[in-house]
Amino acid sequence: MRNNQQSSATNWNLAFFAWLVAIIATLGSLFFSEVMEFPPCTFCWYQRILMYPLVFIFLVGLFPFDKNVVRYAFPLAFVGWLIAIYHNLLQYEIIPESAAPCSQGVPCSAKYISWFDILTIPMLSLIAFSIILILLIILKKRLSS
Amino acid sequence: MNKQKVILFSIIGLALLFVLGSYLYKGSQSEKIDEISKSNNEVFIREHSTIVGPEDAKVTLVEFFDPACEACRAFYPLVKKIMQENPGQIRHVFRYAPFHPDSDYIVKILEAAKKQDKYFEALEVLFHHQNKWASHHKPNIKMVWRILPSAGIDTEKLQEDLKDPKLEAIVLQDIADAKTLGVRKTPGFFVNGKPLQKFGYEELKAMIKSEIDK
Repeated sequence: MRNNQQSSATNWNLAFFAWLVAIIATLGSLFFSEVMEFPPCTFCWYQRILMYPLVFIFLVGLFPFDKNVVRYAFPLAFVGWLIAIYHNLLQYEIIPESAAPCSQGVPCSAKYISWFDILTIPMLSLIAFSIILILLIILKKRLSS
Repeated sequence: MNKQKVILFSIIGLALLFVLGSYLYKGSQSEKIDEISKSNNEVFIREHSTIVGPEDAKVTLVEFFDPACEACRAFYPLVKKIMQENPGQIRHVFRYAPFHPDSDYIVKILEAAKKQDKYFEALEVLFHHQNKWASHHKPNIKMVWRILPSAGIDTEKLQEDLKDPKLEAIVLQDIADAKTLGVRKTPGFFVNGKPLQKFGYEELKAMIKSEIDK
């Protein structure tokens, strides 16, 4: 019984951390666009579309804890993660920009920030999606065992 | 600590961080522009810049605008009104930030119209018909040429004047200065070298007023 309680507390914490990552990513991206006034490129928008709802999905899944939150959050996190990978390949010029579908407006290969040489905005996005995805996978394993 | 409190404190903490961050960022930005304006006054006014108002005016209002931008069109009469309300106090400097596609060409037309002394005639007629030639954010250049004669502009002479390579240099200089000053949206206003902190007509009016009253 005691073990069970501890285990469910850990599950709650995992979902809570996923929510925390999502809300930090959301506020961070809003900071870049609204405060620092960097116009978001097309790929940034797709990643935003997939990240922002996660804040609400995790929040609802936390009160009361609903193990289905994994099912609902996973598709968003996974697709966001894929787009983030693609966007990073673009920025590091592993894929040429000409092959990318964003010629109008802000080019997706434009770099606004570069902290410590590697932390660009798409890299931050990839890190956030990766953490959420890993947390979801751990949570899924724990819930099904 | 219970779960609700954890969430609540996280939200409050992050929101505070966001607000504090914006405050600090804005502060550091205006400091940066302050330094630029102290060391390099030219960045606000170039030799080619069009200026309205007396040279010894108390307030120098520098505006970076795009002829295809709706907000710039809306602000044109508003700035005029502020200038009429404070006669002789304001000097309005017209700079360009052609962010829309092909807007740089419209800027060149304006600069070429200057050679016929029709700068403001051209600007006003372009603003007036902006919804026709600049709709959907893609300038309709053919339409522009049809509109220009109504401002009394000799389009044949204008076409000749457009060949002047200096026009390109003007556009590039203004784009470079807009970048230096961190202009990312139009219209971008600077009142005596200080950026307008919160965008809006009332805010601009208040900022100009406070500089006049200084």
